[in-house]
Amino acid sequence: MTTHWHMLTLIGEDKPGIVAAITKALFEFGLNLGETSMLRLGGNFTVMMMVSGDHQEAELRDRLKPVIEAQGMCLNIDPIKAHLHEHVLPNIQVTVTGADRAGIVAQVTAALAALGFNILDLESDVAGTAAKPIYIMQIAGVADVPVESIELALEQLRQDGVDVNVNPIETYIG
Amino acid sequence: MAILEILTLPDTALKQVSEPVTEFDDELRAFIVDLDETRANGPGAVGIAAPQVGFFRRVVIMDCSKTRKPVPNHGHLILVNPEITHWEGYEMGREGCLSVPDYTGNVIRATRIHLVAQNPEGQRLEFDMEGYEARAAQHEIDHLDGMLFVDRVVSRRTDLFKRKVYQKGGSK
Repeated sequence: MTTHWHMLTLIGEDKPGIVAAITKALFEFGLNLGETSMLRLGGNFTVMMMVSGDHQEAELRDRLKPVIEAQGMCLNIDPIKAHLHEHVLPNIQVTVTGADRAGIVAQVTAALAALGFNILDLESDVAGTAAKPIYIMQIAGVADVPVESIELALEQLRQDGVDVNVNPIETYIG
Repeated sequence: MAILEILTLPDTALKQVSEPVTEFDDELRAFIVDLDETRANGPGAVGIAAPQVGFFRRVVIMDCSKTRKPVPNHGHLILVNPEITHWEGYEMGREGCLSVPDYTGNVIRATRIHLVAQNPEGQRLEFDMEGYEARAAQHEIDHLDGMLFVDRVVSRRTDLFKRKVYQKGGSK
C-alpha cells in the first residue's frame, strides 16, 4: 500500500450540507483528510483539502462523481507532494484597508515579494456598500527583514490613501 | 530538579479545574522549580501552568522579558492562586500551547488586566499588565480553569465581520 496525497478543489453554490456530503463520501472510500481550507466566497462555497490514501486518481474521481453532481459542484484533483506537521510560524502581519480599487493586492504583494516576504496566509474581503466598497486585506507571513523596511516599502501606498499597518507577530506559547 | 511530562491533547485531564494552593511549603516550592525547568525546556515556551504537567493546583509561571521586540513586562513571574480582577479592551493575537503541539491560532484577549496573586511564600502580589504579558496571564489562568486556547480560536475573518457588523450597528 502506498500512501500519497492529492489536493481536492471544490467549488459550488453555497448551501447547507456540502461538507457533510463530501467528507462522508471520502470517509467511506477510506481516505484521510489532512489540512483543509473551506470558505464562502461571494455566495460560493470553496473547499481545498489534502486527502491521503492508497487510492488511484481515476478511482477517486469516479467515486466522488455522484456526490459532486448531487451537490452541484466542480471538482479538481491534483497530485501533490505534501507533509503534515511542518507548520511555519508567521512573524509579520500586514493589514491593508482602503477604498476599493484595482491593483491594491498587486501593489502590496509586489512590495512584499521584493523583500523576500513569504505569504503564509492572505485573506481579503470587500466590505462597505456597493456604492462605497472598502477593500480589507490581512496578510500573515515570514520575512527576515525588519518591520521598518516593510513599512518603507509600503509607504507609496499610504501616499495613495491606502491605510497600511505592519506589525510583528509575537506568538505566545504557554 | 526534573523535567516533567507535559500533558497534550486529547488528554481530558487538561479540562480539569485546578484547586487553590493552601499550603505554601517546601513541597510546593520544589514543584515550582521542576515546573519552571519544564517551561524552560519547552520549545519556545514563555509560560506554563501546573495542570499542564498533571498537578491540579493554581500555579503558573511566565516570563515575557525575552520577546524578539521588547514588550512591557514584569520579568519572570511565579503566580500562585492568580486572579484577574479587572479587564479592559480586547485585541487579537497569535497563540500556541505546549499541550497542543504544532498548532497556532488567533485568540481575542483583554488588552489590559489587573491581577492579584500570591508568591511561593504566600505573600500577596499585584500587577497591572498589558498586551503580550496580559495575554500570557489570561492563557495560563485559562489552563487553571480547564480551558485551552483552541477553545477560543477565531479566524481573522471573524474580526473583519465584527467590525463590519457591530460597529455600524447593522444587521446582516
